[in-house]
Amino acid sequence: MTATLPADVAATTALLAAGGYVADAALATTVHLALRMGRPLFLEGEPGTGKTEIAKVLAAQLPRGLVRLQCYDGLDLSAAAYEWNHARQLMAIRMAEARGETANLEASIYERRYLEARPLLRALEGEPSVLLIDELDRADEPFEAFLLEVLSDFQITVPELGTIHAATPPVVIITSNRTREVHDAIRRRCLYHWVDYPDAARERAILALRAPQVAETLSAQVVAFVQRLRQGDYYKLPGVAETIDWANALAALDARELEAGAVNATLGVLLKYQDDIAKLRGEEAARLVAEAKEGARA
Amino acid sequence: MIPPRESMQVPPAPLRPAAALAPNIQAFVRLLRRAGLQVGPGDALLAMEALSIAGLDSRAGFRAALKATLLRKHEQNDIFDAAFELFWRDPERARAGAAMALMEAQKPEERAKPGGRRLAEAMAGDRPKPPPPEEEEKRELDASMTVSERERLQQMDFEAMSAAEISQAKQEIRKLVLPLDARPTRRFRPDPLGPRVDIRATIRAATRTGGEIATIARRRQVERTPPLVAICDISGSMARYAQILLHFMHAVTADRDRVHSFLFGTRLSNITRQLRHKDPEIAFEMISHIVPDWSGGTRIGEALERFNQDWGRRVLGQGAVVLLITDGLDREGGRGLAEATDRLQRSCRRLIWLNPLLRYAGFQPKSQGIRAMLPHVHDFRPVHNLASLKALVDALSETPKREHGR
Repeated sequence: MTATLPADVAATTALLAAGGYVADAALATTVHLALRMGRPLFLEGEPGTGKTEIAKVLAAQLPRGLVRLQCYDGLDLSAAAYEWNHARQLMAIRMAEARGETANLEASIYERRYLEARPLLRALEGEPSVLLIDELDRADEPFEAFLLEVLSDFQITVPELGTIHAATPPVVIITSNRTREVHDAIRRRCLYHWVDYPDAARERAILALRAPQVAETLSAQVVAFVQRLRQGDYYKLPGVAETIDWANALAALDARELEAGAVNATLGVLLKYQDDIAKLRGEEAARLVAEAKEGARA
Repeated sequence: MIPPRESMQVPPAPLRPAAALAPNIQAFVRLLRRAGLQVGPGDALLAMEALSIAGLDSRAGFRAALKATLLRKHEQNDIFDAAFELFWRDPERARAGAAMALMEAQKPEERAKPGGRRLAEAMAGDRPKPPPPEEEEKRELDASMTVSERERLQQMDFEAMSAAEISQAKQEIRKLVLPLDARPTRRFRPDPLGPRVDIRATIRAATRTGGEIATIARRRQVERTPPLVAICDISGSMARYAQILLHFMHAVTADRDRVHSFLFGTRLSNITRQLRHKDPEIAFEMISHIVPDWSGGTRIGEALERFNQDWGRRVLGQGAVVLLITDGLDREGGRGLAEATDRLQRSCRRLIWLNPLLRYAGFQPKSQGIRAMLPHVHDFRPVHNLASLKALVDALSETPKREHGR
């Protein structure tokens, strides 16, 4: 592998931290292993826990180009890997006919220059890259089967052209929010890590890095509040991204400390379902604010 | 969420040099396998590679390396942690077998002995074995029923059936075929009569005719049946129906893909994997191992809330149809039931409530549970005999009258 990869787990932790990502020991070890073993890294976890962010930070820090494949229902080969440029092919056929050179037609119109690369092929060709396959659970099962070749051998087979290998295998990060189970065959080819919500200390560290203008008192209270909120029974718990947004929102309102009024006014930054907001607004919010202040002081 | 295990105060294991490590890793992999995780010899090699990279100097790193390579699902996290604590405290002793025996007990799904029950029945005699209480009312029923017998069976309440009639009913259920109810996906397949032109295939064909486009290849959108999710009550008042309805669910699972099944009494169990077993007896045997609350009380609200939280987003995508099978008699007096049912209804395409109590002519929704749920379902139908199951199958093929949300 390339020499720029971090030498040990500590170096990986430092690399991620330099990119603004605070990783715990287990995550740093897993990322390090994925880099050194050249295996795809399969990250699962609730939305907003920073799965996609890892890929972005790795791309920025290694440094490599980030190739992102956002998955969706119905994603197929032509959108994910490659597509023949049919218009140019047809033109080539016409030209060949006009010149009377139809004997070798098959070979001449299936040349690499008629092939348009989509994210997967782009990640294999050219400069070393970080390939982010985002929210794989949104793609349907037939697409996963196609991914297997890419993930285990870092190659793509184009029937008309042959197999295209990666000169330097990309660093592959796959994320899933578990809206459905991803097939075992994919899991087997990857290293696995469950990205959990960070604990209070780590979340404070994240805030210090990502929202440095927020005063320390406020950010400690914000973290204490969110940590308590995550113990509750809500439909969609706030992720780290929501914590950062919320701290920024409160700071923008010139809040120096948590207080019930400002909290009630900004709940929409934190919770994304009306039911959840209705449940928290008022007394419950006031109670959590009091608890959070108490907790942040301790 | 999983509490961090680091706080368990386990003294660090004395890590031996790498030479002694390989057999220990192999033994640990065996232990995980016995605990129900799917790990093979290849994974052990992978774990060794990971350890040689991550180093052996920290216990957290050691655990993380093993986790990254040997764990594949978040659900297995607890079992993995338990196995890790058990094994790496004293690998030598653990290998000797004490840990192995302990992990057997933690195994999530016990493998059923194939055909064990039928074998026992075969040893006992060649008649089908009836459930014990109905022994005395067992009547002979000819395999080839007359028309009137068949009609009577159609209308007969499941609860009033004798053992032999139940086994007849099960055979009838196997014959029910759910409508496919297919919807277009965003994928295409080649089809000479399809509505869209497949340029790639057309060009490939053209190269064979020297560049002359002789035929235009076409393609059509693939259609697929939306997921079907059954959530079935197995509390005491439903026990008899649940038995038959499980057969129904098993038949449906074998019939089409993307069927998810759940059972609940006081807690919710996902039995999708078990039901996929081709043989119903083995499937039910496996289910009986993972479902702890047969014929107990009911907490419908809590079960539905759990479903919404843990499974709703995972199984209700792509226009799922939900069959909620319960009599609505709730031990908790309907607490939280309205909200949970409402949420469930809004996250699926169609919510059909099947209630055996509807068989009574003058049925009034008096119980609190039923009153709480009723406003939130798309469809409310009986499910107490074969005729009502047939009617359900028919209803699934028509378009719903009220469509909510999506």
